[in-house]
Amino acid sequence: MKAYLCLADGKIFSGESIGMADETSGEVVFNTSMTGYQEILTDPSYAGQIIVLTYPLIGNYGVNSTDEESPRIAAKGLIIKELCNLPSNYRSEQTLHRYLVKHNIVGIKDIDTRALTKHLRQSGTMMGLISAEPNPEELVKRAKALKPLFGPELVKSVTCKSAYTLENGEYPVVVVDYGAKGNIVQSLRNLGCRVTVVPATASAEEILSFKPWGVVLSNGPGDPEDVAYSLPAIRGVLEAEIPLMGICLGHHLLGMALGGKIYKLKFGHRGSNHPVKDLRRNRVYITAQNHGYAVQPDSMDPEDAEITHINLHDNTVEGLKHKRKPAFSIQFHPEACAGPQDTDYFFEEFMEMVQAFGAQTSTEGRNGNAQK
Amino acid sequence: MPKNECLKKVMVIGSGPIVIGQAAEFDYAGTQACRSLREEGVEVVLVNSNPATIMTDADIADRVYLEPLTVEAVAEIIKKEKPQGLLATLGGQVGLNLAMNLAQAGVLEEENVQLLGTPLTAIEKAEDREIFKNTMAEINEPVPASSIVGSVEAALKFAEEIGYPLIVRPAYTLGGTGGGVADNAEQLADIATRGLKYSMIHQILVERSVAGWKEVEYEVIRDSLDNCITVCSMENIDPVGIHTGDSIVVAPTQTLSDRDYQMLRSSALRIIRALGIEGGCNIQFALDPSSCQYYVIEVNPRVSRSSALASKATGYPIAKVAAKIALGFSLDEIANSVTGATSACFEPAIDYVVVKIPRWPFDKFAKAKRTLGSQMKATGEVMALGRNLPSALLKAIRSLEMNFVTLLAPEFRKYTWKELVDKLKLMDDERLFAVAECLRRDISVEQLNRITGIDVFFLDSFRHIVCLEKMLEDKKEWTAEDLILAKKSGFSDKQLAHIMGIPEKEMREKRKALGVKASFRMVDTCAGEFAATTPYYYSTYNEEDELAPSDNKKVVVLGSGPIRIGQGIEFDYCSVHSAWAIRDAGMESIVINNNPETVSTDPDTSDKLFFEPLTLENVLNIIEAEKPLGVVVQFGGQTAINLAKPLSEAGVRVLGTGVDDIDRAEDRKRFDALLEELKIPRPVGSTATSRDEAKDIALKLGFPVLVRPSYVLGGRAMEIVYNEEELTTYLEEAVRVSPEHPVLVDRYMMGKEVEVDAVCDGAQVLIPGIMEHLERAGVHSGDSVAIYPPQTLEQAHLDTLAAYTERIALSLNTRGLVNIQYVIFDNQIYVLEVNPRASRTVPFLSKVTGIPMVKLATRIMLGETLADMGYAGGLRKPLPLVAIKMPVFSFNKLIDVEPSLGPEMKSTGEVMGLAEDFVSSLHKAFLGAGYQIPKTGEILATIADKDKEEALPLLRMCSGLGFDIWATGGTARFLYENHVPVKEVAKIGQGSPSVLDLIRGGNLGFVINTLTRGKNSQRDGFQIRRAAVEFNIPCLTSLDTFKGLLKVIEQSQGPVMIKALQDYL
Repeated sequence: MKAYLCLADGKIFSGESIGMADETSGEVVFNTSMTGYQEILTDPSYAGQIIVLTYPLIGNYGVNSTDEESPRIAAKGLIIKELCNLPSNYRSEQTLHRYLVKHNIVGIKDIDTRALTKHLRQSGTMMGLISAEPNPEELVKRAKALKPLFGPELVKSVTCKSAYTLENGEYPVVVVDYGAKGNIVQSLRNLGCRVTVVPATASAEEILSFKPWGVVLSNGPGDPEDVAYSLPAIRGVLEAEIPLMGICLGHHLLGMALGGKIYKLKFGHRGSNHPVKDLRRNRVYITAQNHGYAVQPDSMDPEDAEITHINLHDNTVEGLKHKRKPAFSIQFHPEACAGPQDTDYFFEEFMEMVQAFGAQTSTEGRNGNAQK
Repeated sequence: MPKNECLKKVMVIGSGPIVIGQAAEFDYAGTQACRSLREEGVEVVLVNSNPATIMTDADIADRVYLEPLTVEAVAEIIKKEKPQGLLATLGGQVGLNLAMNLAQAGVLEEENVQLLGTPLTAIEKAEDREIFKNTMAEINEPVPASSIVGSVEAALKFAEEIGYPLIVRPAYTLGGTGGGVADNAEQLADIATRGLKYSMIHQILVERSVAGWKEVEYEVIRDSLDNCITVCSMENIDPVGIHTGDSIVVAPTQTLSDRDYQMLRSSALRIIRALGIEGGCNIQFALDPSSCQYYVIEVNPRVSRSSALASKATGYPIAKVAAKIALGFSLDEIANSVTGATSACFEPAIDYVVVKIPRWPFDKFAKAKRTLGSQMKATGEVMALGRNLPSALLKAIRSLEMNFVTLLAPEFRKYTWKELVDKLKLMDDERLFAVAECLRRDISVEQLNRITGIDVFFLDSFRHIVCLEKMLEDKKEWTAEDLILAKKSGFSDKQLAHIMGIPEKEMREKRKALGVKASFRMVDTCAGEFAATTPYYYSTYNEEDELAPSDNKKVVVLGSGPIRIGQGIEFDYCSVHSAWAIRDAGMESIVINNNPETVSTDPDTSDKLFFEPLTLENVLNIIEAEKPLGVVVQFGGQTAINLAKPLSEAGVRVLGTGVDDIDRAEDRKRFDALLEELKIPRPVGSTATSRDEAKDIALKLGFPVLVRPSYVLGGRAMEIVYNEEELTTYLEEAVRVSPEHPVLVDRYMMGKEVEVDAVCDGAQVLIPGIMEHLERAGVHSGDSVAIYPPQTLEQAHLDTLAAYTERIALSLNTRGLVNIQYVIFDNQIYVLEVNPRASRTVPFLSKVTGIPMVKLATRIMLGETLADMGYAGGLRKPLPLVAIKMPVFSFNKLIDVEPSLGPEMKSTGEVMGLAEDFVSSLHKAFLGAGYQIPKTGEILATIADKDKEEALPLLRMCSGLGFDIWATGGTARFLYENHVPVKEVAKIGQGSPSVLDLIRGGNLGFVINTLTRGKNSQRDGFQIRRAAVEFNIPCLTSLDTFKGLLKVIEQSQGPVMIKALQDYL
């Protein structure tokens, strides 16, 4: 069935409907990963967005029940060039098309995704809609009238409703869920953490009530300013000197907690090939990224914040460290999925902090005299 | 980490002659490396024996040594040049082995030369199977159960422990020479014997076979700070079992989920780190199609054929970056030359599909065993890019120039189902087409997957093509949508025209009228994420066109496509020089080619590169978009010349010699008329359209005669026949004769063959040099030893040759290059052939005369004259040097191919010997070609009756030099009667020891065997020659080559004297 993609600037592409033949709208963003469409689709950070995949053949290895970063597709739509209808992989359970239908997702194929990507690169990310309605003029009108889908609702739509704890771990860690990818929690559990996931709205008291040895601020969708309500909780955790790791949106929020300003990138970083330089180690790692905002480097208090990582492509801030407290954050995704696993050592570094904190608190507990 | 400032002078080792398994990719890598080093102000000393390469041009490196790649010669060069560093990882396995031998011989330490980039320990870790296995065990990377053995018995014992099938891989050889898969003890004994022989260290690896698993490769780069990136992943369509060089490969991987992709990527990074490689590295995995189990199957600690492919597939210049890393830079300090703005420390994201298909030599070697396995057989390869798999695949198929236009080949229709299944199981070069025929017959992809192991994803893609073709055939009228679908799926106009039964031109017009147009997309390393500056394009249909043609004057250079026997790297050399000359002349150079190995497809070579099939449709699309002044067809071998006429008919201006004049040189009748008019003799002969006519002509001319089909070029299926019986056999077996396919019958003149290359501007003819062949006429010029300047020709001959050349060049209105082959017989000079284009000898001659032939020819095409450029006409006086071009063969890679030389070309590459005198030059040429020159010992002689008299003095000389001569019955008797000491050895199957035992014994210095006609003797001789080849004993089949070798043995003394090319000029 014929379908259209209309952008807010009036540009129109025609293609074939995939998934649900219906209408959807969202912020149109492109991702350059050549594998990992299922992880990308189920990444809650894409809430409110329509994903363009630049690799032209999608669906080749099908879809399975294990490569999900969350139980649902948070993205609003999918734009691709070619869809594979006969996937081939030992883990494949169904086609991508069926998966999209199951999750009620509107998509479009046969789009010149390279032309679209170049357009977004040049004009910047913008709103757009996909529709199977055979009336392009009307659709363009509607697209032009689209309002950005931001606001606090975006994170609220993907965060957990109430706190829950995943047992079978040694080290108590709280993950603040702004739309956490499954593999963040999994990576922590693999390293022996007893993970408690709390909603984005959790206060410092709620977080501390779980007596965590470490707190992770997760990734999540939308404009970090919309999640400013979480800053007091973050400051509370910092105050308590509990080890803190921020990932992606969590990184923005730590930056903001340190007084930093956030700005929107023209077309963001979404892909599995972004080189990030660790300034302390003078080493470069290839990272998975998915973000549309960045922390302004000179906006934070130099007494508190140290920039530890930069993006080699555009020198944007990729990592921060609190100079006096056990807190750091990174813009990219050490949990990978989709993407390279080069930076999974961050979880180990965090664990060292967690274990040190644990050792300290248990000593304090035994000695009965808190030092601070 | 910035550049190591101690490095002022660096030596780069090239890879020597082109052989199967080691081709033009190392010229590409080496040339990039030289440029990359000089960019950093480092003086470069280059050693390579291959004259057909760009890297051995006097202006690519500061000091160029065209010397044999032996430890002795290179050690001399090191002593003389005193480089601080040695870069050995860009010269293939030859370069790597040579560096290791230099290190072992203590030369590097003595001369204080630092091995740059990947350290010796890392090379050893990757190359020595035992150390490699231990290293992998340390980092928990799985390798298949295996054992390194030094004897056949040990191999059999190991097989008893772990069972069959087993794969045998010899240590330290080229392209897996001598390996194979054994299903039982008998096969294992056979393969093990051969493998042990080929291994430089007499070791073979016997290993569990994972045949049928997915084969996945990663190109990885690491710097000295331990930063690592993977440039490209590749998936072989053919599962494990077929050498990756013989596999159809796609990039990036298509059937791996992110989890499996990242699993292997992480493994690749662990491996390159554990080995400690600094530079490029290729890692091959076998991945179980039904689980996430994998094995590491091979690591190449250097740039390779795969890295050239990965570079062209992604736009990421691996060799250039590897050279910078060798100088001490870290990846983040190196710029990404494609975007200009980002760093080289990133992983390319691509938004198209790349398909590579190997080019096999089976069209030349009809009798060769076509089965593919662990021994690579392809001489070259093509690559194509498309926005989907069918289009990339079909473009690649057309680039092969094998007369396939699509997947469905009519000749497969005749096969029965059983024959097809056999063909599928056989795994030969035509399997893809057999699969397509099965799909046409509606055999399910599941069943084909079960038989072939090819992934269902790929099979479904083939099915898409087959179904579409059937649908188009069945429909009477096509809608615009049908046509768009066909074009987007990669169907060519030619194929569509064929289906519709109309001329291609009409199809093209129809398509255009429907608004279906080619569009060009950029290869930018980043899937459109950043603005890119590298002008590297491929075509697709009905998408956005990214080409922004300038208003500059432009000229298109057509490349020569895949490397094959008869059309090698020499033509790429010419194309590159032409592109440079165009740029120097202030115009924009546009290169069209499809060979991923070469320098011409390095986007740095031209102003614009189009990676496309060299077909009328693709070339016209580019010309319509770019509107160049014209097209240069002289440098791309027969591939480009064949396009001259159709392009001209389509209204394109062909620069240089006119299309009609090209035809006058190539059309037999018109050419005869021309020579008649010029009063230049040629061997008499005529064209036969039936067997009877052929016999009549032969009888009239008198035997021997030279016979060949008129419709093929380059000596294919050409033979010398000595009597009527042989002629009958030839006409029955080798060719079909008909009015549409006539056969040429010429008198065969057993004289001296001479070759001339000339540059002509229409008024003047510059002859840089004349080359004489060591072998008499009858051996293909490409397989002959060519000597410059001639050593045995009289002045009168030289004058006549120059005069004839001038006359022919002028009367063909040559604008550019022309190559003429002559034979001197009974003091009379005859013309054999005129090629109105650049020849195989152009790079060789350009180097040793210092005359930039391609540059002059190109500028003539652009309107200048020789006088404008400061050159006069006439035959150039030679410099005080003797240069010898010696052919190199790959017979040991091709089972069942006849190693005897004849009118059909068989060599894959060449080396040059360069010295001040003939014997030294010939000595170097032999060494460069891999001969070990024995001073004493045993030799084997089996001489045909017709050659016995002529061979006698040579064998007597052998004896006099102290060689013990073994000979078979007839030859032994003849020598005995003539009082030459000889030991008789039994013919095959006639007692022991037989000639085969003798050859296997490994004590023979060389074998001299001349071709005997007649069924039995031919079979005997064939076995002797094959055995010699397979046991790596030099086998001479021409008395002239034999004579040359004896001269070298007799006269050359002491070590080879080395001298840089620059010092001769």
